[in-house]
Amino acid sequence: MTTLEFSHVTKIYNVRGSGQLKALDDVSFTLRSHQTIGLVGQSGSGKSTIAKILTQLEVPTHGEVRLDGAPIPRRGAGLRSYRQKLRMVFQDPFASLNPSHTIRHHIERPLRLDHVVGRQDVDAEVRRLLERVRLEPDAVMERRPHELSGGQRQRVAIARALASRPALLVADEPVSMLDVSIRLGVLNLLADLQREEGLGVLYITHDLATARHFSDEIIVLNQGRVVERGPADDVILRPRDPYTRELRAASPDPEEFFRNRTTQTSGGAR
Amino acid sequence: MTADISTIDPTLVGTTATRAERGRSRVPWRFLGGRVLFYAFTAWAAITINFFIPRLMKGDAVTAYMAQARGQIQPEAEKALRLMFGLDTSTSLWDQYLNYWGMLFRGDLGISISSGMAPVGDVIASALPWTLGLVGTATVLSFLVGTVLGAVIGWRRGGRLDVLIPITTFLGTVPYFWLGLIFIAVFSTLLGWFPAGHAYELGVEPGWNIDFISQVVSHAALPAITIVIASIGGWVLGMRNMMLTVLDEDYITVAQAKGLPDRRVLWRYAARNAVLPQIQSFALALGFIVGGTLVMEMVFSYPGIGLLLLNATNAKDYALMQGIFLVLVLAVLIANVLADIAYAILDPRVRETEA
Amino acid sequence: MTTPATATLLMTPAPTPPRKTFLRQLRASLAMFANAKSAAGLIILGIFILVAIFAPLIAPYDPTAQNLTETLEPPSWRHLLGTTHIGEDVFSQIVYGTRGVLVVGFLATIMATVVAILVGVTAGYLRGWKSESLSALSNVFLVLPALPLMIIIASQFQDPPLVLIAAVLGLTGWAWGARVLRAQTMSLRNRDFVQAARANGEPLYRIILVEMLPNLMAIIASSFVGTMTAAVLGLTTLAFIGVIPVSNLNWGTILFWAQQNSAFPDYWWWYVPAGLCIALLGVALALINFGIDEYVNPRLRSAGERARALRKKGMKAHSAVTAVRTGGEDTP
Repeated sequence: MTTLEFSHVTKIYNVRGSGQLKALDDVSFTLRSHQTIGLVGQSGSGKSTIAKILTQLEVPTHGEVRLDGAPIPRRGAGLRSYRQKLRMVFQDPFASLNPSHTIRHHIERPLRLDHVVGRQDVDAEVRRLLERVRLEPDAVMERRPHELSGGQRQRVAIARALASRPALLVADEPVSMLDVSIRLGVLNLLADLQREEGLGVLYITHDLATARHFSDEIIVLNQGRVVERGPADDVILRPRDPYTRELRAASPDPEEFFRNRTTQTSGGAR
Repeated sequence: MTADISTIDPTLVGTTATRAERGRSRVPWRFLGGRVLFYAFTAWAAITINFFIPRLMKGDAVTAYMAQARGQIQPEAEKALRLMFGLDTSTSLWDQYLNYWGMLFRGDLGISISSGMAPVGDVIASALPWTLGLVGTATVLSFLVGTVLGAVIGWRRGGRLDVLIPITTFLGTVPYFWLGLIFIAVFSTLLGWFPAGHAYELGVEPGWNIDFISQVVSHAALPAITIVIASIGGWVLGMRNMMLTVLDEDYITVAQAKGLPDRRVLWRYAARNAVLPQIQSFALALGFIVGGTLVMEMVFSYPGIGLLLLNATNAKDYALMQGIFLVLVLAVLIANVLADIAYAILDPRVRETEA
Repeated sequence: MTTPATATLLMTPAPTPPRKTFLRQLRASLAMFANAKSAAGLIILGIFILVAIFAPLIAPYDPTAQNLTETLEPPSWRHLLGTTHIGEDVFSQIVYGTRGVLVVGFLATIMATVVAILVGVTAGYLRGWKSESLSALSNVFLVLPALPLMIIIASQFQDPPLVLIAAVLGLTGWAWGARVLRAQTMSLRNRDFVQAARANGEPLYRIILVEMLPNLMAIIASSFVGTMTAAVLGLTTLAFIGVIPVSNLNWGTILFWAQQNSAFPDYWWWYVPAGLCIALLGVALALINFGIDEYVNPRLRSAGERARALRKKGMKAHSAVTAVRTGGEDTP
């Protein structure tokens, strides 16, 4: 059971020429194994900043992040151990893979870096990971990213994230750059993996519907501040904060559309 | 909770500007300030390099110098020379450095042994105008003609003018000096169209009269034409490539869809945007152009800085060589500043980022 | 939960991909040279390299062998490019001169490119003042006019060895490549796959060497070729001016002697071939660079071809309105 505490984190960027930008303002949440948190917000709300801080690509200005009670070390063996436990799936399947290397290289690197398996078992492990994300290993391993479709690339990215056998996964808008028709497949894959591996997943998105479908708990972020949080259904069906209500109103609801149509065609009788 | 629509200024939606800036062209001081700072740093670096180069030499430069001057230098001049070449062992390196700067600020660049013991500053000053005239005209001409040609070629995309690209590029790979020599051989010695060298007929008194000026022009024609032909290839290619990139942009399609005449789209929309990187590369190419012009002067015996440098090199007149280098560096830096100003005025993005 | 069909079934069961043989990998990495322009340039360069290597076998005479009975002779079967004012065979001089040009040229370019990679990639990867100061350093060398600097430095030495000449040429030539590499590295650094590598804990040297460098190869190749052009021009110009000692024979030295001995304009065989060789080498290098450019930026490659194809069908390439085609024409 791994627990990650994101505790009262504030992040301020100094922008050359126009002062400061407060990307996050006193944000707190706790992510545990076997649990999915949906982090919802529009562009510029600070979602990606949270992802960057979690993967140690940025450092909080105030507040801290703790793993199992201990703060994250800045360097050395402790940092490496943290990195092995928390992995990220990036948003852009076209940019998150190196165009010069094969898929095999992408999956092998984390295996070798973290010494997950012995040298002779690396090849078998790569195959196992590819099969877990429902890709055919022989068809995919020697190819380069530009030869795969967006959905396939994202699956490779997920496989790469799982290679080090992390306890926690940060998925930064994993499906927003994919075709709508394949989004559900990738999300369902993530859900299955989460259940089977017992991962704690932070699912970052701007899409309320998938957040509800996928998460146990939802946190709503607006301009760097947490405006609402709670169990998924509660937040979506009974939003309290005005911003959350606006978000909900903005997303189209097919059921409502058909409800309105039937009332019209039946002559206005309700 | 819906926003009150009537209070929203539609022109400001989607921007972080608090006031829409319209029309006025503001001077981007911070951008220019940064550039000037950089050039000041470059000037300092060049001067420091100049200071250290003679100190890398083996052997005593000044004694060799003096031997060459055959005893025509006074003891004070010798001391000054020692200071300049850093061979004055009585003072520390740092003091020598400061003295060097002092000399520079006084305009004292030393004595030129290859020009009759005249002060280096005077020698350079008499040669500089010729070089500036030649470089200036040739470069501006080459830039203008090359850019216009490149714009037209890029616009036509695969037309008959395309053949000009390999031709001008080939001309660009030919070394400047060789092209000059060939041109002298063909146009001057064989055909007699142009004079073979120098800035004006030998023995003529310089003056502001028609005869002298026409001589200057006819003597400058061949060197200038050589520079233009040799360097035009780069401008043509660069402009044509930028045009191709710009023409793919959506705003060109919008302009054409609006029904604007082709000529207007070509010049006011496409070329205007494509020329911006050209101006940047103009500033960078300056160093290269200066080098080429120097060689051109050597070939044509044109009495500019280049010829001066050649004579100084052959005579091992180090003081003059260093003085020329400094003057050249300063000239290039000033030209860069002017190019940066031009770029800042032309590119609205530079202006607006200061908002 | 149904398994998504898209990922596995739609992928045609490909036969196992071809084995990664060395030859195949080599061919893939040389893809940027695959088009016609690059190939032409490489062939010309290859010819020059062969001439330089086999110079003693190709040149009929020793380049400095004087023959005072056959001075200033026009080209003949005995002397393919005629003779100089003291009877030296011009053709042999050109052949041996190729060595001087290529050896110093390659040496200078290798030095300059190594420095450019070190400075440029580091400056691109680092942030803040370290990056800015490296960038300022390369900008200084870009702004300083190269030829005067080279003249001043080279003239300080009496008889500089080859390596020193190459170093002087490299000193003025590295800055351009560094600048381009810095820009490209900066844009690469922000790409997600580099962030992913950092997030996975890859050590810095691996990120630069294994992840970023392969993506920079095209730029490095292009910079190498461009720097070589500048180095060759710089070398021949310095030799022509007389700053480089004549003990190093290259095409510029030939022109120096021609100039010194009033070869112009009558004795064309003495001065025309040397200049043509310089130009030809420059053209070869420029062609290689064009080829790399087209590989990197496909817009340049197809723009002319598309326009020509359109024109054949009677449409102008830059017209805004898509011409409505009446019946009777072929559909594309």
